[in-house]
Amino acid sequence: MSSLEIRHLKKSFGALKVTDDVSLDVRSGELHAIIGPNGAGKTTFISQLSGQLASDSGDILLDGQSIMRLSMPKRVHLGLARSFQITQVLPHFTVLENVAVAVQARSGSSFRFFSPVAGDAALNARAMAALGEAGLADRADVQASALSHGEHRRLELAIALATEPRVLLLDEPLAGVGGEDADAFVAGLARLKSRFTMVLIEHDMDAVFRLADRVSVLVYGRIIATGTPEEVRSDPQVRAAYLGEEEEEVA
Amino acid sequence: MADATIPHAAPMRRPLAGRVKAAVVLFAIFAALPPVAAALDDPFFVLIGTRILAYAIAAMALDLILGYGAMVSFGHAAYLGFGTYAVAILSSYGVHDIFLQTAAAILVSALFALVTGAISLRTRGVYFIMITLAFGQMAFFFFISLSAYGGDDGYGLAQRSTLLGSDMLENDFALFYATLATLVALFWACHRIVGSRFGRVLTGIRENPTRMEAIGYSPFRFQLAAFVISGCMTSIAGVFLANQAEFVSPAFMSWHRSGELIVMVVLGGIGTLSGAIGGAVAALLLEEALGALTEHWRLWFGLFLVLMVLYSPNGIAGLVKQVANRGRKS
Ligand SMILES: Nc1ncnc2c1ncn2[C@@H]1O[C@H](COP(=O)(O)OP(=O)(O)OP(=O)(O)O)[C@@H](O)[C@H]1O
Ligand SMILES: [Mg+2]
Repeated sequence: MSSLEIRHLKKSFGALKVTDDVSLDVRSGELHAIIGPNGAGKTTFISQLSGQLASDSGDILLDGQSIMRLSMPKRVHLGLARSFQITQVLPHFTVLENVAVAVQARSGSSFRFFSPVAGDAALNARAMAALGEAGLADRADVQASALSHGEHRRLELAIALATEPRVLLLDEPLAGVGGEDADAFVAGLARLKSRFTMVLIEHDMDAVFRLADRVSVLVYGRIIATGTPEEVRSDPQVRAAYLGEEEEEVA
Repeated sequence: MADATIPHAAPMRRPLAGRVKAAVVLFAIFAALPPVAAALDDPFFVLIGTRILAYAIAAMALDLILGYGAMVSFGHAAYLGFGTYAVAILSSYGVHDIFLQTAAAILVSALFALVTGAISLRTRGVYFIMITLAFGQMAFFFFISLSAYGGDDGYGLAQRSTLLGSDMLENDFALFYATLATLVALFWACHRIVGSRFGRVLTGIRENPTRMEAIGYSPFRFQLAAFVISGCMTSIAGVFLANQAEFVSPAFMSWHRSGELIVMVVLGGIGTLSGAIGGAVAALLLEEALGALTEHWRLWFGLFLVLMVLYSPNGIAGLVKQVANRGRKS
């Protein structure tokens, strides 16, 4: 299993410091949740880790090796996968094809021009396995654009799993998923927990405190606390900056 | 763990079958054309038919990147030009063999597509369209300045290409069937490419490039490869056009021509391959028919295009599909 070390990572959009000197160790095998209010810079942070956004300065080490200069596709090949807060699928592909094309990226050359890919049993079997893990196997032949919101979230997860990651970055996988669906989803994530090193961004506090080994709190681009769920929950600074606010909102 | 409980995915049903069926029908109609023309004693038909087939090859090659890769090349006529001038220039040096001429056309096109594609693909959307147009115009003006081959006025071929040492292509019927055979072979190739690993990645990049990067693909390499393949195929159309007209000129590569190729693809239905073939047929037949009726045929053709785009945005292929589905239901 793999570890991720983040050193003094920075990113500004104009005058706005969105990632402000973030350092963080994600230990091998842990599920590290990142919580923070809206606009705290969580998605930006994930995008910097995945390579979708270039960082201004700092360093990111995957198993001790710097990946700062690598493009997003190259980082994926090293085992760093992300899911998106706003679902990114191939709308005219079937669910199975969406996942199979992710499997294909890690198995054999894609510069093969003649043999039909639709009937590639090895690709499809592995794609079905990922769909099964995400709880979407029964929808394999449906066009992705026809999925419900909750199913889209599952597809997003299945695609990330299909890239055979060592480190999984999940950006609000539960966004917009409610009720029983959310419970089932959390149970699914719990099952994945021991198999990957995971960074989980989530607004749902119940889910975070159920799943996370450690939690970091990101506010205005800075990590103000890191610790076990209990430690973070009782941290006065966190309560002031974030949790209190949330409870007030609920009340 | 979950393996045992997973139902196996049913074999995927894609619109592949429809695409092939439509193409087979078109090919059968083409194959029947020369005997009909002979019966009508109108050999002109066969020449027009050859021209249509050549443009069908070019339109289909363009559809490969436009329809499946969302790359709107506005400079594809350049490749028609490379094909036609490969015939003219080699033939002036006594090299008449159609395979050598085609190989030269493909080689030049591959180089041109590789360089201009690599530059063009740094841009997106309307900038991609403009930059491919600019490269196309550069090729156009290069051949205008080629005075040894008539420059602006063009250059008449002393003879058609030879096939395995035989001058059988001098016969209009033989040239027609050779062009048809090439169209069929290239359709098959495109059909396979679209359904391959490569084709799936190309289509995925069209659908959502961010998603594809996030699962480990660099779009550039795939788009560039498709761009080169498409350019090379288009140049083969040029080889047949030169033989059909027995004349080459920069007019084959003007930006109007590039626009006409796009019109054929859109009219036929983008991303269907067989649609592009149908689009070439429809556009050129309309040009012939309307042109015979009125000097202002472009006006009527324009009106037709507007109506098509408004009422059948998926082109002729979309219409055919609708009719077929209705037929199946009733
Ligand atoms: N491309 C961009 N250009 C300029 N500003 C941006 C850009 N992307 C994000 N921002 C700004 O950066 C800040 C952090 O955004 P980000 O999406 O990372 O927050 P977040 O913590 O993921 O929020 P949420 O909980 O709503 O998902 C916001 O103020 C946002 O407006
Ligand atoms: Mg976010």
